[in-house]
Amino acid sequence: MARIRANLGLCQGYANCAIEAEDVFDIDDDGTVVVLRSEVPEPERARVEAAARTCPVHALSVE
Amino acid sequence: MHARSVIVVGGSLAGVRTSQALRAEGYDGRLVLVGEEPELPYDRPPLSKGALRDDDVPVLLTEADAVQLDLTLRLGVAAAGLDLADGCVVLADGDRLPFDDVVVATGSRPRPSPWGTPPGVHLLRTRADATALRADLRRSGHLVVVGAGFIGAEVSATARALGVEVTLVDPLPAPMSRVLGADVGGIFTELHRRHGVETRLGAAVADIESTPAGPRVVLADGEVLPATSVLVGCGALPNDDWLRSSGLEVADGLVCDQHCRSTSDERVHAVGDVARWWHPRHGESVRIEHWTNAVEQAAVVAHNIVSPDRPRAYAPVEYVWSDQYDWKVQLVGRTLGAPVRTLGEPAEGRFAVVYGAGDGRLGGLLAVNWPRAVVAARRAVAGREDIEALVGALQAVGSRGR
Repeated sequence: MARIRANLGLCQGYANCAIEAEDVFDIDDDGTVVVLRSEVPEPERARVEAAARTCPVHALSVE
Repeated sequence: MHARSVIVVGGSLAGVRTSQALRAEGYDGRLVLVGEEPELPYDRPPLSKGALRDDDVPVLLTEADAVQLDLTLRLGVAAAGLDLADGCVVLADGDRLPFDDVVVATGSRPRPSPWGTPPGVHLLRTRADATALRADLRRSGHLVVVGAGFIGAEVSATARALGVEVTLVDPLPAPMSRVLGADVGGIFTELHRRHGVETRLGAAVADIESTPAGPRVVLADGEVLPATSVLVGCGALPNDDWLRSSGLEVADGLVCDQHCRSTSDERVHAVGDVARWWHPRHGESVRIEHWTNAVEQAAVVAHNIVSPDRPRAYAPVEYVWSDQYDWKVQLVGRTLGAPVRTLGEPAEGRFAVVYGAGDGRLGGLLAVNWPRAVVAARRAVAGREDIEALVGALQAVGSRGR
């Protein structure tokens, strides 16, 4: 499984992640990322990593 | 047989993200990233914000990242041309790099100051530019910003936070009015004034003079604005000059089809500020200078290089942000049409403006301190929803907000 981590202190609510992978990321009322699925199966790793690369402040990582 | 080779020309965001996406797509041939600046690729949005305070500029790619990607870095050398007959990128030092595919990601540069750049007059594009401007701002005094677009507005806000006096000058009647229109731009005039910025809007600059006391900006009506430093932010030009000898079609950017491939040679692809491609949803060719565009376009171009038999068309929803004081400003889609609805209260610092596309359809959205509205708008524009559907969605997310 690929584990997804979000640094909530870095998140600025740019929301690129929620557009790239709306089943994994959302944005709350305060403009902070919500990780909807903290683990995804390996076949989805590349897609989630691509979504993480769209974060302008490098708040997302996939392990 | 020779191993396949992809040369990425441009060592900034577009080039780095294309390189990363190529490996993620499974490309396993030779991969070279050519960059004119000698330092490791870095992120540019902070240059008008945090980098003017503390020199904190995130690196986009470390040496270790490059090793892990099996990516060869050729930094500190510009590309001088493309030899299409020979299939080579020609570098300024004379080296020739053979390619099977080449990615043009050379970005853009500031439009030159029409009044020159005497001492104390700055343009802002590179880390070195930001370092020079920061040194001047540390001496405090009085900054005159010529050009109230994104860069000018952001630098004004950052300089005020540093305690610098700021005068913001633009021939148009309001900040960012090229993209927001004059009426909505007026909200930003008030924002800057509330934070102590002097404004000279609707005022053309006649000259920037150099004096022993520092530069001074002369307006067309004769007013003289003395300064300790001046920032000129009058837009950007694509770095496409190096392609002119190649025979490729170049017209304010490298002209590409909907798959971001050159209309002249399908081995040549373009990503980021330098790419002018046919946008299928808009039905016209566009060039976009946004951070998010470079990243999204990189993913499409990498796919199209790896899988040329099933290429993806690139039809993004425009998205750009700007941080000014305590306002997180976000723009979605096209805001060049008429503003048709305002939700929330500008005076409360949390609002959105919905723009039409001119034909009664949804064009875009400006949101301030309202990221959920941005998510709704990006989905609505992508889904070709109508204006009322987006307004309904905004009212729904707004009611759950503060």
